[in-house]
Amino acid sequence: MNQLTPKERMKIPRHSMIEQDPAERSRNFSEVNLGYTPELAIEEAQRCLQCPKPTCVAGCPVNIQIKDFITLIAEGDFIGAVKKIKEDNALPAICGRVCPQEEQCEEACVVGKRGEPVAIGYLERFVADYERESGKIDVPEVKVSNGKKVAIVGSGPAGLSCAKDLREKGYEVTVFEALHELGGVLVYGIPEFRLPKEIVRTEIDGLKRMGVKFETDAIIGRVFTVDELMEEEGYDAVFLGVGAGLPWFLGIEGENLNGVYSANEFLTRVNLMKAYQFPEYDSPILDCHNKNVAVFGGGNTAMDAVRTSLRLGAKNAYIVYRRSEKEMPARVEEIKHAKEEGVQFMLLTNPVRLIGDDEGWLKGMELIKMELGEPDESGRRRPIPIEGSNFTVDIDVAVIAIGNGPNPLVTQTTPEIETSRRGTIVVDPETMKTSKKGVFAGGDIVTGGATVILAMGAGRKAAAAIDHYLQNGAW
Amino acid sequence: MFKIIEARFLAENIKLFEIEAPRIAKKRKAGQFVIVRIHEHGERIPLTIADSDVEKGTITIIVQGVGKTTRELNLKKKGDIILDVVGPLGQPSHIENFGTAVSIGGGVGTAIAYPTAVALKQAGNYVITINGARNKDLVILEEEMKAVSDEAYITTDDGSYGYHGFVTDKLQELIDQGKKIDFVLAIGPIPMMKAVADVTRPYGIKTVVSLNPIMVDGTGMCGGCRVLIDGKAQFACVDGPEFDAHKVDFKNLADRNKMYHKYEQEALKHFEEKCKLTEKINTLEQAE
Ligand SMILES: Cc1cc2nc3c(=O)[nH]c(=O)nc-3n(C[C@H](O)[C@H](O)[C@H](O)COP(=O)(O)OP(=O)(O)OC[C@H]3O[C@@H](n4cnc5c(N)ncnc54)[C@H](O)[C@@H]3O)c2cc1C
Ligand SMILES: Cc1cc2nc3c(=O)[nH]c(=O)nc-3n(C[C@H](O)[C@H](O)[C@H](O)COP(=O)(O)OP(=O)(O)OC[C@H]3O[C@@H](n4cnc5c(N)ncnc54)[C@H](O)[C@@H]3O)c2cc1C
Ligand code: SF4
Ligand code: FES
Repeated sequence: MNQLTPKERMKIPRHSMIEQDPAERSRNFSEVNLGYTPELAIEEAQRCLQCPKPTCVAGCPVNIQIKDFITLIAEGDFIGAVKKIKEDNALPAICGRVCPQEEQCEEACVVGKRGEPVAIGYLERFVADYERESGKIDVPEVKVSNGKKVAIVGSGPAGLSCAKDLREKGYEVTVFEALHELGGVLVYGIPEFRLPKEIVRTEIDGLKRMGVKFETDAIIGRVFTVDELMEEEGYDAVFLGVGAGLPWFLGIEGENLNGVYSANEFLTRVNLMKAYQFPEYDSPILDCHNKNVAVFGGGNTAMDAVRTSLRLGAKNAYIVYRRSEKEMPARVEEIKHAKEEGVQFMLLTNPVRLIGDDEGWLKGMELIKMELGEPDESGRRRPIPIEGSNFTVDIDVAVIAIGNGPNPLVTQTTPEIETSRRGTIVVDPETMKTSKKGVFAGGDIVTGGATVILAMGAGRKAAAAIDHYLQNGAW
Repeated sequence: MFKIIEARFLAENIKLFEIEAPRIAKKRKAGQFVIVRIHEHGERIPLTIADSDVEKGTITIIVQGVGKTTRELNLKKKGDIILDVVGPLGQPSHIENFGTAVSIGGGVGTAIAYPTAVALKQAGNYVITINGARNKDLVILEEEMKAVSDEAYITTDDGSYGYHGFVTDKLQELIDQGKKIDFVLAIGPIPMMKAVADVTRPYGIKTVVSLNPIMVDGTGMCGGCRVLIDGKAQFACVDGPEFDAHKVDFKNLADRNKMYHKYEQEALKHFEEKCKLTEKINTLEQAE
């Protein structure tokens, strides 16, 4: 097969993902994407041109050795391929599912210049699944303990990848997590139909087998402060990967009505508390059967919430977004899936107020049409309300998915950690050092809401810097 | 995994638990709470830390069985395990020497008012407690409250014990008698807290209430516990649970607490049916 010429390779069409039928999947919580078969994976891998200077690698935030892992897949060495990925990315089954590949590696892929890029994300997912399903997940070797202890705060992708790297280097690592389950947004935010929780659990089991310790129900800032971790509990360094878990609201009339959720609450009730299985599980969620549900926002969170509402039985599920589809921050695949499942997009539309009845229940929303003006500081064209274009729509449930800010629990109790005006933690971008000696931070708490892969990259960078700091003591 | 060291009923439906949780015991301050999840399928519910013993490494919670989760919890006995207990959560009560402080507890609210009454006493206040219940059998923590009070009153709605009337009647009486009151803490059902706020408002007496909205995480992540204070949304789990009573929108809180009413009844029914089933299985086994 290595005999294929570039021309022949270019002729192979991109293999699409095998998916659950939209009509069916929009009513169940099983995963939408079903994955490649080994044959499809090999054929897709053969589309790669083996560029001498692989631009795809530069497009990846953590520079996965994409060209090399694809070569291994083309040769049928799937386990070799997954090992190659894991040199740079601890969570390939997760990244293969949730990374915005179309604006990272795949956007930079040479094949994409003239046709469709190599499906790097699908291939990553395939080999990770292959390894997991084979039941032979390789547990990385751990160096003998060097006697130094590191506390990781938060078990999201930033914390997990930092924990893995440090453990490999022989540190005693403990991850403290506020919730009762590990994984951060991966478990409480991203729904089962996009990222099965079993996959997150398997990855975490791998870390446990490496000897990483986990403590759930442990909120740093409450049960221990950062100072207490270092001075009383004997940790030599602390990594803060606490995410951006503070929901923003719109600040419009009617937001406290019954039936109005933040996306975090809506998704947490469903994903973490399994409210869709009420009363088998004890936490309820408002019944969406035959109801009209509106979700405000245009990111991945909004898509997750609106598609979840369909699965809870919604009759009409609307996305209300103030710009046009082009500006939507959500992954292209998620927008496509949402449309196929029947989500109705109200673009260039903004909520003005939420309307309630006398008992405090939501019954409608007032919206206004928008047009796009000049680009604003985000580089996207600024939405401007069109005066007099107001209209109302009956709704029963509203979900606000306009983003999250940093949670101040840790920084409030450790004032020496410098924060920005927005409340994010300020770090040295090379070392992830905060203004407090021995304390590092990374992920959404530093960047504000971003992506899984960036959080992981930050966790790994911090691990390298923590190792450096603890080996020679210089701050 | 958190072990129950001691469990006993204080009144019908109101049970006290001492739970092994050394870290929380060490850290907690008056006014703070924990979030409890009983088992894998359980919901997360907030409960105030009524007391703690640092040496034994235990915290005390007092639970009124109102719905599925609290009734299920009240079936637990000494030696049983609670899956998750997380805390201490919320802002500690703001304690200072106000002068004369009145601590008002309604029903199980007394359990929540108790630790703050203790702290008020330690801060040098002249402490008056008004402990209200529907009837004599529902009065809890009478001795404990008395022990920290300079003046202690019990009120019952039906007059079966103590003063016949509502806690607000007693409070009004104290004010009318010309007692100089500098601070009021009121914890109990929403209508009671609202009524206390209405009594103290004309006199400008600083009044604090502890709000009980529906919570999920208790860490500021879900926003479900938002309450309107002075017209602005605040998160009770991280900004509260105590707020200035004269600024609280009680109607909004009462409306929001009804959000899952229908589901709560369904859950309770489901639970009671399951209980009956277990009972049946047990009797069958015994018959065999
Ligand atoms: C619904 C949703 C969908 C998304 N979809 C995508 C997607 O498709 N692709 C993508 O790349 N990104 C997506 N994102 C963004 C991505 O999930 C985040 O950027 C990423 O999870 C950030 O990782 P993190 O490790 O910084 O924080 P988090 O994942 O937020 O984890 C932080 C953890 O720290 C815990 N914690 C917080 N405070 C404390 C404390 N004081 N003590 C102990 N523990 C604490 C929290 O409980 C949490 O578990 C999505 C986000 C959401 C909300
Ligand atoms: C900060 C705080 C401290 C509290 N301290 C105590 C205490 O010390 N002792 C005590 O007996 N009770 C306390 N409560 C109330 C207790 O949390 C609720 O009674 C309990 O959650 C009811 O759950 P359930 O399943 O038994 O009842 P349900 O049938 O589910 O609900 C009964 C009522 O409880 C309220 N409720 C339901 N779920 C929640 C939830 N997750 N969070 C908050 N309220 C809810 C609702 O108003 C509902 O109408 C406290 C509440 C808060 C917010
Ligand atoms: S840029 Fe595309 S074709 Fe080139 S090595 Fe990367 S994946 Fe292969
Ligand atoms: S309980 Fe979720 S923010 Fe307060």
